[in-house]
Amino acid sequence: MTSQKHPSRRRVLAGAAAATTTLAVPAIVRAQTKGPLKVGVLLPRSGFEAAIGQDCQRGVDIAPPILKSLGLPDLSIMNGDTESNVDVAREHAEKLISDGAQLLVGAFDSGQTTAVAQVAEQKGIPLVINIAGAPAITEQGYKFVFRNFPTAVRITADAFANQKEVFAIAGVSPKTAVFMRVNDTYGTAMSKGVAALMPKFNMPYKILEEISYDPAARDLSVEVSKAKATNAEILLIVGRLNDAMLITKELIKQRWTPQAILSMGPGWYEDQYLKTLKKMSDGPISFVPWYDPNKKLAKTLEAAFTKAYPTSNLNTNQVFTFEALLVAADAFKRAGSTDPKALADALRKTNITDNVSVGPGIQFDAKGQNTKVKDSAIQNRGGKLVTIAPKEAANAKPVWPMKSYQSRT
Amino acid sequence: MTFDVYLNVVVAGILTGLVYGLMALGLSVIFGVVRVVNFAHGEMMSIAMYLAVVLFSSFGLDPLLMLVPIAAVMFAFGYVLQAGLINPFITRPEHTQFLLVVALAIIIVNALLIVFGPDARTVQTSYAYDSFQLGPVLVDASKTYAGGAAIAFAAALFAFFRFSRVGTAIRACADNYTGALVIGLNVKHLYALTFALGAACVGAAGCMMTLIVDVTPIIGPAYTLLAFVIVITGGLGSMAGALFGGILIGLTEALAGLMFTPSAKSMFAFAILVLVLLFRPQGLFGQRLS
Repeated sequence: MTSQKHPSRRRVLAGAAAATTTLAVPAIVRAQTKGPLKVGVLLPRSGFEAAIGQDCQRGVDIAPPILKSLGLPDLSIMNGDTESNVDVAREHAEKLISDGAQLLVGAFDSGQTTAVAQVAEQKGIPLVINIAGAPAITEQGYKFVFRNFPTAVRITADAFANQKEVFAIAGVSPKTAVFMRVNDTYGTAMSKGVAALMPKFNMPYKILEEISYDPAARDLSVEVSKAKATNAEILLIVGRLNDAMLITKELIKQRWTPQAILSMGPGWYEDQYLKTLKKMSDGPISFVPWYDPNKKLAKTLEAAFTKAYPTSNLNTNQVFTFEALLVAADAFKRAGSTDPKALADALRKTNITDNVSVGPGIQFDAKGQNTKVKDSAIQNRGGKLVTIAPKEAANAKPVWPMKSYQSRT
Repeated sequence: MTFDVYLNVVVAGILTGLVYGLMALGLSVIFGVVRVVNFAHGEMMSIAMYLAVVLFSSFGLDPLLMLVPIAAVMFAFGYVLQAGLINPFITRPEHTQFLLVVALAIIIVNALLIVFGPDARTVQTSYAYDSFQLGPVLVDASKTYAGGAAIAFAAALFAFFRFSRVGTAIRACADNYTGALVIGLNVKHLYALTFALGAACVGAAGCMMTLIVDVTPIIGPAYTLLAFVIVITGGLGSMAGALFGGILIGLTEALAGLMFTPSAKSMFAFAILVLVLLFRPQGLFGQRLS
């Protein structure tokens, strides 16, 4: 019989090994949760939304020195391309996570973001949405999805409020509109928002016809013919860059200049739109989440952007992509860890008041939505963008009606 | 909606359809003679489109003026491709031919992505925003030039096959491969020539297409699919069928967009394809195989 009073040499060695392992584990865990935080940035870098994706990327490129100046920790950026495709977005989100991404940012498009959000939630990796307006994304009860961008409903509500302000300043009251929109997730969400909110805002105009179209369309001549045939005073649009340029070209060729083009989405203020169409780009008014030029951080971001891209204008794409990284870095600093759960907990407690976009700051509600971010009305003028509403953020008065396209040729 | 609106849309649909038709003509010519289904057809067109864009942005050369030179470059490309790569596969099983051209298509798309990046490129000619007023009809100037050039190019191709000795020899190859070998025709050379002519067609179509749409590296697959819809509707191997199929699809898309919802206009083009496959599988202008 073996005595149990004195441990055997084998037992001592086994115990020592176990103790060493136990002591080593926290060190390994600590090593895994030390920075820099690996952030997978998913954007449509190719495909029909490539130009906007590349525009968003500029917000990523100018972020590091600004975040550093704010005393925030370094981020290690891992780039992912959704190829403007929902399925590819899902696959690349999974790949970024398997390659070690500890937080995701993206993905500009609502459909693609919906797919990425499903992956993020499933894998327990936080997703900070830069741009995507479909309300359903933050209505799923997700615990790892955070959006610092207004929902389509909020964008529509702010758009109507700002439109009324623009009408009042310009002294106009248009009676008819034709509504053209893309038939993707965002366009459909906006359409529902318009139908639900228009009566509540008592808008002066009536929508004569709603025309939906494919955002990847190569030719929109029929769609513009159909819109022109309504003889509406204003053209209400929810689109993207590719179709914004196609529609403008068709408006010129079909010799139709509505009183105003009111866009409630991307496309019409993008850099490529302004540069490609030059003087033909003047006039459209966009109702979009924008930056508050009076905020300190907005001035810093604008200066950094102008230094890096002297011929371009700072816009929504860079502002909200930058803010997504700001949110990520801030959460990482407070969490003190790259552990996804700790990051998600820190994200939930976000309270950034020194930010760029219009509104009091960045906070997330229980659904992960920042409900305080607001929209502005901006107008294209001579290759630049001026803010015409809301009054507190405006730096110009609206030009109404638009100058005829024919008089510009 | 007034009659004028329909008239405008019909004219635009026909003009776009003519360019579609010329593009599909190349596919039909290649299949009709060489019996190779060119799944890289749209991708070959995107090469021509990039050539046109580069010549315009670098030297200010109008794509319409560059139509013949670019068609010639694509002719040479097509000849080398057929003689060097595809000819050895002619007698092999069809699935190996299929894989070869699909691989070629993928290589073209990715090569264009590497060289030009993902951004859309456009050609801003002096007449890019012009339109002609013909009574109640506003005709897009770019589409008019493109449609006119498509008619001229297709007519030259028809004349070549109908009246030239080489064209007659190519038709002989298409009709009876063994007979062509027996009478001493250089079939491999004629096949390469045919593929080159198909590539020239797609080169010319690509040139004209730059006047109508922006080019991106990934534009090719959509046009390959469109070309197949057109040639199957018109009749695989039928030149007249390809041209007519192009006009029919262009017109169908335009009218469907106007009368129903623009979102569903492609659905109507595919519906026509399904109807043709059901009731006239050989295509509208195709010959029934015994």
